[in-house]
Amino acid sequence: MIEGARWRRWVFFHIPLLLFIVFLLFPFYWMIVTTVRPDNELYRPWNAANYTPFWTLRPTLEHIRDLLTETLFSTWMMNTMLIATVSTVISLICGLFAGYALSRLKFPFAGSIGTGIFITYLVPQTLLFIPLADIIRNFHLGDTPWALILTYPTFLIPFCTWLMMGYFKSIPKELEECARIDGAPRWKAMAYIIFPIAVPGILSAGIFAFTLSWNEFIYALVFLSSPEQKTVPVGVTSELVRGDVFYWGELMAGALLGSVPVAFVYSFFVEHYVSGITGSVKG
Amino acid sequence: MAQVTMRSLNKMYDEVHAVKDVNLDIRDKEFVVLVGPSGCGKTTTLRMVAGLESITSGRVLINDKVVNELAPMDRDIAMVFQNYALYPHMSVYDNMAFGLKMRKFDKPEIQKRVREAADVLGIGEYLKRKPRQLSGGQRQRVALGRAIVRHPQVFLFDEPLSNLDAKLRVQMRVELKKLHQRLGTTAIYVTHDQVEAMTLGDRVVVMRDGWVQQVGDPMTLYNEPANRFVAGFIGSPAMNFADVRIAGENGGLWAEGEGIRLKVPAHLDNRVGAYAGKPVTIGIRPEDMRVARDSDPPELNIPAVVEVVERLGSEILLDVAVGSVTMVASVEPISRAKVHEQLQLAINPERLHFFDAETEAAI
Repeated sequence: MIEGARWRRWVFFHIPLLLFIVFLLFPFYWMIVTTVRPDNELYRPWNAANYTPFWTLRPTLEHIRDLLTETLFSTWMMNTMLIATVSTVISLICGLFAGYALSRLKFPFAGSIGTGIFITYLVPQTLLFIPLADIIRNFHLGDTPWALILTYPTFLIPFCTWLMMGYFKSIPKELEECARIDGAPRWKAMAYIIFPIAVPGILSAGIFAFTLSWNEFIYALVFLSSPEQKTVPVGVTSELVRGDVFYWGELMAGALLGSVPVAFVYSFFVEHYVSGITGSVKG
Repeated sequence: MAQVTMRSLNKMYDEVHAVKDVNLDIRDKEFVVLVGPSGCGKTTTLRMVAGLESITSGRVLINDKVVNELAPMDRDIAMVFQNYALYPHMSVYDNMAFGLKMRKFDKPEIQKRVREAADVLGIGEYLKRKPRQLSGGQRQRVALGRAIVRHPQVFLFDEPLSNLDAKLRVQMRVELKKLHQRLGTTAIYVTHDQVEAMTLGDRVVVMRDGWVQQVGDPMTLYNEPANRFVAGFIGSPAMNFADVRIAGENGGLWAEGEGIRLKVPAHLDNRVGAYAGKPVTIGIRPEDMRVARDSDPPELNIPAVVEVVERLGSEILLDVAVGSVTMVASVEPISRAKVHEQLQLAINPERLHFFDAETEAAI
């Protein structure tokens, strides 16, 4: 906290915070306003006398209705939900065990394997999608949810492993040693002691993984082609931008509804998530 | 009933030889303390007994059974860690019951044992709390409770009191002692604090650089240290040392050094005689020095200049300069010694220690 006179707190704390909040929340506000703005207001020129870019006096739900009835949006939502959930679960399980092994077990090259996994995460997706497309084609998985469920872990597992490794390292190893002396074999010490303590870390890894796969664009764009297989980010941008016509109302409605599950997940776990990042285990 | 035996125990980490050829016989019901400065291998030794550290060579036996390859859980031991290692997500009750649950005790028995241990340790009212809601002393008790509910053969303590404040440490020390007298379980206790070692141990093992320096009961270590290291490590304030040379004169032996000329007591003549003409180290405990009276024989006095006077109430510590060496003398509280005063300190000849200057072994 900033100490001292009131003006200091305003200048160095409240005003920067306010600017930051406006900067962060304005896109969401714009998304909401555009969603509920009627079409004739949306396409009104900027120099018209009754031009009101920041608010609307005649809000409408017409774009949301159009989105849900005229497009396959609900199918895209289901697809995205399925793909994001399954790939997150797969990555979490793998990351959990790999992270535990890399941080706790002594085996040759443990350190270099850990670094190797991290480097894998740094390889950009824009490079990886070309060889992956080849693999997907060879396995005849193109245009199915499996194309994404199996490729998302290529970047999610390294990410989860790395995050869990860090978290496991912050848990004193005496806890586990004590459990082993108390009569728990390693897997029980893991299941009863380490994993329950690591819940904040597991949750933050899960939230991040879920968000990453929910928002993923390039693999979804490349590996899926038919409209009924698409995910929200790809579906909204490819089906609602036709040629040079932008269906702004529907686009923004899609973006708004598409961000609801992520926002929901975040707000639900926010407390665990924060303590996961700060990595605190208080004895 | 448990004896713990260590035979030529060694531990090598890549380049570091952490524990060197440790041989120990710990008897049933004995409380043995391993003490030494940090990095002396005491904790590693304890962890090898616990099974948490692999043994490079040598054997550990519990009740004459080699346990080298036995998993920690199968050794029937309990360990208390420095940071307590309480399971943060479990209540005090569950913390204490965990070991029993893992060993498939039935519920009434678990409840009975946890109750008993909680009553012994005075933590009965906290059973439902989580560890983070407890104070340091209470956490320490829970950690002890978790160890005693299992009725193990051997207790292992790894610096269990070092995270407590000074006052609580003294209190818990006494309680630990009482607990051991009551339960009579064999215990191995690691600490770097020589006061803890002296007060708790039936026998104390002093270690340094992986070697065992001396094993003995506290008073033996204090009165007959095996070498200069043990002499300096045990006792507070520490023993004073001065480098001297042994000279034979007028049919007696004299220890001569910078600012020091002492007659070697006759009963030590045999042992010290072999060092005539050679350098040795003499050791004098602070309480074996006092301000000399006229009746004191001058050949057992050393001249000193007072540098600091520390009044502790029950005694006064004088930091004095003897030649270029600083020594500490513990004198009667009625002493009127002042800073910069020159005085003679009389030495108790019965309690003078001599050490080989090269090997540092006691003479």
